[in-house]
Amino acid sequence: MIVLLHGLGDQVAKGRVSIVVERCKACGFCVEFCPTHVLALSSAFNSKGYHPPHVVHPEKCSGCDLCGMYCPDFAIYATKIAEPKAQKTAGGDE
Amino acid sequence: MNALDQTVNPVEPFLRTDRMPHIWCPGCGIGTTVNSFARALIESKVDLDTLALVSGIGCTGRVAGYVKLDSFHTTHGRAIPFATGLKMANPKLSVVVYSGDGDLAAIGGNHLIHAARRNIDLKVICVNNLIYAMTGGQSAPTTPGHATTSTNPYGTFEPAFNLPHLLDAAGAVYVARWTTFHVRQLARAMSEAFAKRGFSFIEVISPCPTLYQRRNKMGDGLDTMKYYKDKSKVKHGAPTSEVGLTLNGEIVVGKFVDRDRPDYQSMMRAQYVESLGERYIEAPETECVCD
Amino acid sequence: MKADPHGVLTGTHFIDGDHACCEGALAAGARFAAGYPITPSTEVVERFAARVPTVGGTFIQMEDELAASITLQGAVWGGAKAFTVTSGPGFSLMMEHIGYAAMTETPCVFVDVQRGGPSTGLPTLPAQADMMQARWGSHGDYEIIALCPNSPQECFDLTIKAFNLAEEFRVPVMFMMDEVVGHMTEKVVIPPAEQIEVVPRKHTHKSIQDYLPYGTNGDMVPEMAHAGEGYKFHVTGLTHDERGYPNMTPQMQDKLVKRLQNKIRTAADRICIFEQDRLESAEVVVVSYGITSRVAQRAIDLARDRGLRVGKLRLITAWPFPAKKIAELASQVKAFVVPELNLGQMVREVERAVAGLAKTVAVSHAGGGVHSPDEILNTIVEASR
Repeated sequence: MIVLLHGLGDQVAKGRVSIVVERCKACGFCVEFCPTHVLALSSAFNSKGYHPPHVVHPEKCSGCDLCGMYCPDFAIYATKIAEPKAQKTAGGDE
Repeated sequence: MNALDQTVNPVEPFLRTDRMPHIWCPGCGIGTTVNSFARALIESKVDLDTLALVSGIGCTGRVAGYVKLDSFHTTHGRAIPFATGLKMANPKLSVVVYSGDGDLAAIGGNHLIHAARRNIDLKVICVNNLIYAMTGGQSAPTTPGHATTSTNPYGTFEPAFNLPHLLDAAGAVYVARWTTFHVRQLARAMSEAFAKRGFSFIEVISPCPTLYQRRNKMGDGLDTMKYYKDKSKVKHGAPTSEVGLTLNGEIVVGKFVDRDRPDYQSMMRAQYVESLGERYIEAPETECVCD
Repeated sequence: MKADPHGVLTGTHFIDGDHACCEGALAAGARFAAGYPITPSTEVVERFAARVPTVGGTFIQMEDELAASITLQGAVWGGAKAFTVTSGPGFSLMMEHIGYAAMTETPCVFVDVQRGGPSTGLPTLPAQADMMQARWGSHGDYEIIALCPNSPQECFDLTIKAFNLAEEFRVPVMFMMDEVVGHMTEKVVIPPAEQIEVVPRKHTHKSIQDYLPYGTNGDMVPEMAHAGEGYKFHVTGLTHDERGYPNMTPQMQDKLVKRLQNKIRTAADRICIFEQDRLESAEVVVVSYGITSRVAQRAIDLARDRGLRVGKLRLITAWPFPAKKIAELASQVKAFVVPELNLGQMVREVERAVAGLAKTVAVSHAGGGVHSPDEILNTIVEASR
């Protein structure tokens, strides 16, 4: 299952995170090293009993894909959203 | 379908996705190194059809089974000589050796230094988790002093290999060390190795939360990554004699060696041309033994 | 297909068995060798090192036999025909990779110029005491093919055969020379390339999508692809499925290991070659191989001079063992006499095939020299009583 999460709220996200929940082993690397703190481990379980991450601040995602580079289980990645609007938002860079 | 549906994890095209999830433990760093490897392949525009990956045995040895490349999971310690044969017989191949510290530096240690001496055109990625992981946490030649392992239950007392120093001395043309925290630097180092001709060696310090960190009360994979973040010091060009690792100390990372000298096959060709002149027949690009 | 003329040194030569073996390898299309010096085999790779740059190929001297025996397999998967050459102590080190070649179905040739053992033993003197090691030396169940030349001419001819069998069955083939055959100099006739039949690599013609690296079609020998062709296949020494993926279940183990055995066992009749003489009327059959077969010939001649009905069965293929042939003879003869330069190796196989229907008598020799014809003769005389 791939869960796609989009920007919500006041800020306009510059990136989107995709999570393959079933591959996750809950190491927490993505949560810890996300420069803009987009993620948290969820309380939900995947079928192997791990708590996969979920997006708590989608609006902050810069699409830098550091989560994807850190994830040892190939379970998460981020992409930049193609169409940037005129006004810049606060999403942090790596 | 919107544009988003077409994006994929950049590592995905390089994986045998039918073999996922992989066997590596939660918090193991090997998968992280594969992410950097995938980015390096993208950036270097390596032709994946002519890229071969060779592994030995152990946790990192399983990389060969997970990458969608011509990939060889060989015997313990022998990835480098296998890769040597592959490269000699088919020089157009770009050959990567992806294996662990026990495999490359202990049982395969002799092959490691001799391939570096010969300057065989191989890119060696050594994931160093400081322990024999797959067999249950025994001491490796890289285990830092005083660490507790299953075969040194009262603490190790053997001095450990400083791998960059060893490879520097043996003649590698490119020697770098990063940790799994340094994912972008690691990808760049791999790209640089792809651009070099000759024996390149990249050491990646990587957590083994199950067998190294746990037994040494160092926390989990994430704690180890934080340790890497806090205690790593980038020192490009550092004398390799000064980059040895300790149990809890600083980890010197960076590019230590980047030099040029002729690789084995260039030297071989030059020698034959000099000695044999027109009698020398160069091996065809790919040997044809098929009908 | 016919041999590549570049590698064929057509003509009549006066060379030793080691050199003839090298010429056989070149004629068979071997363009890669990895070696490590060891007496009494070194001359094979010395000649290869001198010859191959003028033929279009590569020799590399590795840091040890462990390396040599796997480097050659890398070369095979890179597209070459490849071999290595060694003697007892080096052969011991190569066992790991004979198993790897059997498991991964890597066609290749291991030349063992046998010397006295155990351990460093007798570096410059002959023995035939690696015969069981050649068959069983690596761990696990597997099959190999082993050939035993008894002259420099056969070192040439049978080396070609060894490569051909390796390609046909995708197995490591053991070329079991001995010090005397290796260092004996005799006339060797090398025919023109167009008279030398060479078995090409069993390369797949399937598309990348359809290709299964370890899928088979009836004959139990999978088709091969080489690195660099876009197939992106996986090879492992672990128990694997048709995709080459590790599959470590009892079911897969059963399927794979039985196929590895059966691809040789079911073809054993075709693979087994032997030289026979006057078996029909024999009361005693002398079973021998390698250099011992030449001493045995003298003993057989002497025995026949005395009016004894002696047959000769010379094993050219030692493995698979021609058990069927021996079993057929067992019901017709009184005894089998088995001289060999060891304290009883192939004689056990003979005894097993005979299954009590006749006597089986070993003529053992610990190595370091060859039998005297009289030792064998005396045993023949005794056995025929």
